[in-house]
Amino acid sequence: MVQAQNPAADVPDNAPEHCPGTESEFAGKSAACDGCDNQQICASNDPKLPDPSLPFIRKRMANVRRKILVLSGKGGVGKSTFTAQLGWAFAADDQLQTGIMDVDICGPSIPTILGIAAEQVHSSASGWSPVYVQDNLGVMSVGFMLPSSRDAVMWRGPKKNGLIAQFLKDVDWGELDYLVVDTPPGTSDEHLSIVQFLKESGIDGAVLITTPQEVALQDVRREIDFCRKVGVRILGLVENMSGFVCPGCKTESKIFKPTTGGAKRLAEETGIELLGCVPLDPRIGKSADYGVSFLDEYPDSPASTAYLDIIDRIKEILAD
Amino acid sequence: MASSDTPVSRRLQSVKHIIIVLSGKGGVGKSSVSTQLALNLYQSSPTARVGILDVDLTGPSIPRMLGLDGQGVHQSSDGWVPVYADRAQARLACMSVGFLLKKKGDSVVWRGPKKNGMIRQFLSDVRWGELDYLVIDTPPGTSDEHLSLLEHMAPVHSRLSSVIVTTPQAVALMDAMKCLSFTRAVNLPVLGLIENMSGYVCPCCGEISNVFSTGGGEEMARREGLKFLGSLPVDTELVDLLDASEMNEAVANLETNPVDGHTPEKTAETFTLLNRYSKTSSAKLFRNILNGVSVSLGETSESG
Repeated sequence: MVQAQNPAADVPDNAPEHCPGTESEFAGKSAACDGCDNQQICASNDPKLPDPSLPFIRKRMANVRRKILVLSGKGGVGKSTFTAQLGWAFAADDQLQTGIMDVDICGPSIPTILGIAAEQVHSSASGWSPVYVQDNLGVMSVGFMLPSSRDAVMWRGPKKNGLIAQFLKDVDWGELDYLVVDTPPGTSDEHLSIVQFLKESGIDGAVLITTPQEVALQDVRREIDFCRKVGVRILGLVENMSGFVCPGCKTESKIFKPTTGGAKRLAEETGIELLGCVPLDPRIGKSADYGVSFLDEYPDSPASTAYLDIIDRIKEILAD
Repeated sequence: MASSDTPVSRRLQSVKHIIIVLSGKGGVGKSSVSTQLALNLYQSSPTARVGILDVDLTGPSIPRMLGLDGQGVHQSSDGWVPVYADRAQARLACMSVGFLLKKKGDSVVWRGPKKNGMIRQFLSDVRWGELDYLVIDTPPGTSDEHLSLLEHMAPVHSRLSSVIVTTPQAVALMDAMKCLSFTRAVNLPVLGLIENMSGYVCPCCGEISNVFSTGGGEEMARREGLKFLGSLPVDTELVDLLDASEMNEAVANLETNPVDGHTPEKTAETFTLLNRYSKTSSAKLFRNILNGVSVSLGETSESG
């Protein structure tokens, strides 16, 4: 079994004990650096050399046809759930190979949502083998590497970046038609790293998830700004949890009201396509908790229809 | 770092209790709970002085919730002046990276070391003054921001405590568990657990739907020997209030002064957000939570 408690990727093998890591704020300045041969190099502010893992990532990613990021500035808006549905929908076609990569290092939800929380990652000569939900749907997440699901991953940025690089270069993804990347909320280390690592191989686009309230839209605006800054194409916006149908009286009400016009307004303002709105269905959360595919379980739910329309539209935009 | 006299400890000398609001998962309501906690602490006594610090650097929500969008921070000879949500009374101080951005759509794309520096500045350079409580709202996860907070506040560790927020579904509880492991690893006392978004009342027929299931938080608290502070259902009134605070302010201005809607001086004294908040059903439920928090605070400060 591969354990997550590897040393930080930016601590060289020959570094002294307690090396703060070459990317760290204290690189070359901490007490442990005294006497290290490379102290001078670390302490100087010279631009860091290109990451040595880049050529390996490029080689591994050459076999992946489409790379899609699922982003949202805000947490808990349904990124992981959407990623899982997207993965399942792609994998419904036997001819296609799909991979899901979960780079939410501190709160990996993908294993639970896909019902493979108890699995482990095994390593072979060709690399770490992903966990397969079905023959053509492979998954990689830090959740498979923890001794127990209770354990917290208390890592700072450089260590998270190291693991993301490993996910891209050491995982034996094989030939993939789609690689869907689930991200944590925010615009920080994980996001910068994944974009940097995949720059040469090319990212086909990002899907931004939001909920209707202004508090969430604010964060999504920041994410749009981020995508534009780093040059990632935005495929479109998805509004999640828009409206709730009471199972008692079938009336639709808005739990999270679009006080400022919701995703529709945001889409108009920013010129980004609104891919669709998914209503809030309590069975979505249930399916995620039990690790079953919502699309298969409740194909007649309005939310399923919305999901499928959005996924069709994404395929259309990608011209597949 | 072992020295007990740092700029942070000097600055936080005059703060009695520091409460960190945590949750492993995002979007479970940390910011809304932080806001409510601050408002309730503020209300608990007419002289209570409360601070609220938002260390969610890449997704600050506190300014919006307190209706302070677009406000700026001023520099004084004694450090940064926080933004006061109750204006003239100056008992509810607020600081967030949101106040430092030029436009609300600007993204803060920072890696760990820069976030660490910002947090250090928030703790050492803000002129909080005398505070009874400092509520700290955190981003999801257990990473840079959390480690930095704990590291910088190590000299005042005896005054630190935390509240964990979760929603009832298994996916969120798993992250809350990770968060609890984190508090144990860093020896941070937990005042209790709050279950948010448990159930939604249909405005049409009154039926309660468990949008994100229910009871999971209480069950987890029992299993882990934590105090369960209470559960809060989805309250659309509160969502509206916190989501559109500026608009409410404007409406309230009109209400109090229908002829001349432009009298900020007059309404500033009444702190409309608090008045409107007191009328929501969440406010009533939160009073019990606040009692629980106060009791736990008493216990931890005795044992510590």
